Amino acid sequence: MTVPQPIAGAQRVGEVVLAVENVSLSFGGVKALVEVSFDVREHEVRAIIGPNGAGKSSMLNVLNGVYHAQKGTIRLRQGAAWREFHDMDSHEAAALGIARTFQNIALFKGMTVLDNIMTGRNLKMRCNFLQQALWAGPAKKEELAHRRAAEEIIDFLEIQHIRKTPVGRLPYGLQKRVELGRALAAEPTLLLLDEPMAGMNLEEKQDMCRFVLDVNDHYGTTIVLIEHDMGVVMDISDRVVVLDYGRRIADGTPDEVRSNQAVIDAYLGVAH
Amino acid sequence: MEPGIGELDTFPKLLMMHARIRGARPAIREKDLGIWQTWTWHEFAEEVRALACGLAEQGFKRGDHLALVSDNRPRLYAAMCAAQCLGGVPVPLYQDAVAAEMGFPIQNAEISHAFAEDQEQVDKLLEILPQCPTLRHIYYDDPRGMRHYAEGVLASYESLRDRGRAAYRRDPAFLESEIAKGRGEDAAAMLFTSGTTATPKGVVLTHHALIDRARAAAELERLDDRDVALAYLPPAWVGQFIFSLAQPFVTGYCICCPESPETVMTDMREIGPTYYFAPPRVLEALLTQVSIRMEDASRVKRWLYARFMAIAQRVGGALLDGKPVGALDRLLYRLGDLVVYGPLRNVLGMSRVRVAYTAGEAIGPDLFKFYRSIGINLKQLYGSTETSVFVCVQPDGQVKPDTVGPAVRGVELKFTPERELLIRSPGLFKEYYKNPQATLEAKDAEGWFHTGDAGYVDADGHLKIIDRVKDVGRLSDGTLFAPKYLENKLKFFPYVKEAVCFGQARDTVCAFVNIDMEAVGNWAERRNLAYSGFTDLALRDEVYELVRGCVERVNADLAQDPELANSQIHRFLILHKDLDPDDEELTRTRKVRRGFIAEKYAALVEALYSGRKDVHIEAQVRYEDGRTGTFSADLKIRDARTFASAAARKAA
Repeated sequence: MTVPQPIAGAQRVGEVVLAVENVSLSFGGVKALVEVSFDVREHEVRAIIGPNGAGKSSMLNVLNGVYHAQKGTIRLRQGAAWREFHDMDSHEAAALGIARTFQNIALFKGMTVLDNIMTGRNLKMRCNFLQQALWAGPAKKEELAHRRAAEEIIDFLEIQHIRKTPVGRLPYGLQKRVELGRALAAEPTLLLLDEPMAGMNLEEKQDMCRFVLDVNDHYGTTIVLIEHDMGVVMDISDRVVVLDYGRRIADGTPDEVRSNQAVIDAYLGVAH
Repeated sequence: MEPGIGELDTFPKLLMMHARIRGARPAIREKDLGIWQTWTWHEFAEEVRALACGLAEQGFKRGDHLALVSDNRPRLYAAMCAAQCLGGVPVPLYQDAVAAEMGFPIQNAEISHAFAEDQEQVDKLLEILPQCPTLRHIYYDDPRGMRHYAEGVLASYESLRDRGRAAYRRDPAFLESEIAKGRGEDAAAMLFTSGTTATPKGVVLTHHALIDRARAAAELERLDDRDVALAYLPPAWVGQFIFSLAQPFVTGYCICCPESPETVMTDMREIGPTYYFAPPRVLEALLTQVSIRMEDASRVKRWLYARFMAIAQRVGGALLDGKPVGALDRLLYRLGDLVVYGPLRNVLGMSRVRVAYTAGEAIGPDLFKFYRSIGINLKQLYGSTETSVFVCVQPDGQVKPDTVGPAVRGVELKFTPERELLIRSPGLFKEYYKNPQATLEAKDAEGWFHTGDAGYVDADGHLKIIDRVKDVGRLSDGTLFAPKYLENKLKFFPYVKEAVCFGQARDTVCAFVNIDMEAVGNWAERRNLAYSGFTDLALRDEVYELVRGCVERVNADLAQDPELANSQIHRFLILHKDLDPDDEELTRTRKVRRGFIAEKYAALVEALYSGRKDVHIEAQVRYEDGRTGTFSADLKIRDARTFASAAARKAA
């Protein structure tokens, strides 16, 4: 009997793998991001926080190529080489090992959990459409390998009991977990989570925190997450960047950020 | 030459025999990553050999105890048998117990080695480590999350097995001689009884006792190596130990471990076990699921279900028992099997079930009949940890809903004057570990085990358990009065939530009935009966008539039983409120506190015996926020029809 093995070697936060430099993004007259710079290190959990409309989701969308920054550069390290890009699209981002989840769950509601997770393997499939349809050539072997990968994720996220359940019938917290599973299926090196705990009750949040940390620990995935729940952010992230009205107002460890006057002002408001 | 069956007196010897004669047959399956993985008997034996050698390398020796905290996993059973190979004793613990509860068994048995399923169980063991200085080695199965643990006591299952494999290759003779040293009278397992009333006691069972009982029941049911069972109940419970270790080792059948506790239903449907055990509450939950889903079904399906279930109720049980049934009914039943019963059995995962057992508590006759009527051979058995389970089993064709069947081969039953059941059987336990006092109290010098249960053997030779001895009383004329038995009979009706029977040292039996608000409320709504609340509903004449029907059916049933015919319920009243643990009328586990209620409602009890038609009550009630208020009502008292005893009728 075989048992999945954890990836060997303890991962600790390493060198910078993603550098965002002076990125600006505007929609007409609305400045969503203004000269934002920060970096992400290998294996770290990096949080982006800020009040409503601060530009958090826009930042994430720039990172995986949904939006294109008008100014500034984004550099991604691949092995020893740096790759700089300005206008990659989301397909390229996925091919580069960037996966994400969405603030509003974007799963295929009529499909089962297993099938949804299998869609996350899409970029890893090498056989063409015809081979897959006819179960010809290497298609069968490939399908088996992908199914195994999907099953390992199901085991990891402890969702065996809903494997064959259509996603639309699941409660919200479980759908969020499935979405995380689909993102993991792409075997990302960089995982972007857009409010993974929004709308969850305390227990679901605790579960999700555990899974995020487990993913980070077990697969060594670098994680960038947006979150509103301050308790969660302060507990699980290594470093936090704070945005307000599209500008970076603070960057540092949770403790540093917590005591930063600009951050307190942004969250609580100041008398003008 | 093959050793004779008598020489195979321990589980490790049996395992090695299976590895030789049916090495390629499946021994144990587990669903892993969505696929059923199989260990053959050969592979199982190899795994056990490696583990046993690994344990020996780690200093585990004859007489040592191995604690196991895990759900049903092939590796759990391999570890159990590995300990037995070395003459050690596996001590499975309940995997959902909190850390503090694991402390006692580990201290009591001075356990040095433990097997833990995963990080959760390891954390519990580490938590009690300071109080358990003897515990020096913890082996974990699932490595997930274990990377950052630096404790020296920890080692992975794989490392233990690999070390053992190398040791076995160096010196295979060592293990073979260890296995050969094992004797039937050695302890094979220690199972802790649940400690709800006192500190838990470690029940020591020998190889001989377990193998003898497992074999007796297997012969009765003609189990063989083509049977399949699902291992889904806690391994620390004696039943699971019997069904997933003792009996497979005796007969060679295959056990299957579900993927996770949440997937048991799906896994059962995929596996299709032929041999199945379920406590009544599981059977009840399944039936509820079926009923709910039927109510959502289309009108045609509901009609079909109602019609065919009526036929099944009428003739299904008789067909299963092989009793004569008319040709038309036979035809209708076969049709029903095609459209309703067969698909239903399939949905329940019971299509292939040959033998199903239930035990543990009294099962409602309707629930019991439901499963039998759709063709599932559900039977009751009687036994406990101390008796290696099998004391009485209902044989095929002799199934009665209110008895637990005749004694299994080798068992002797007798009764004290107080009607306490005493048992002598080859399956009796050796002792309570390090507790000679308790052992002496439970097992007397002649080897009779005092069960604490009261009962008798009926005319057909079937054992009938009625109550705990300490609860059984007598009416003033000396006849038997078993209040819990009567109360259970009443509670089997959905309309009755609780019942309290009185009769100790009185002429007749009278009862309080606590109606089930939901069931009776629904019943009232269907009859367009308006009511304002619980008390109003409970005082309705229509409801009294409904309850009277229930009481009279119980009486009719009791009249059939010569021992209990005199304890028919003569008068009853319906309580104006729910019995409630907050008012101390029930225990927290929802058991009726009969003595307290008799005192608190002494006026009502007197009214029941005084022949009055109604009684006024003023009572204090405690609201959920802690305030108290008084409350008054006029309760009615009604007579119930009683029936002449069957024995008396026969005499007349």
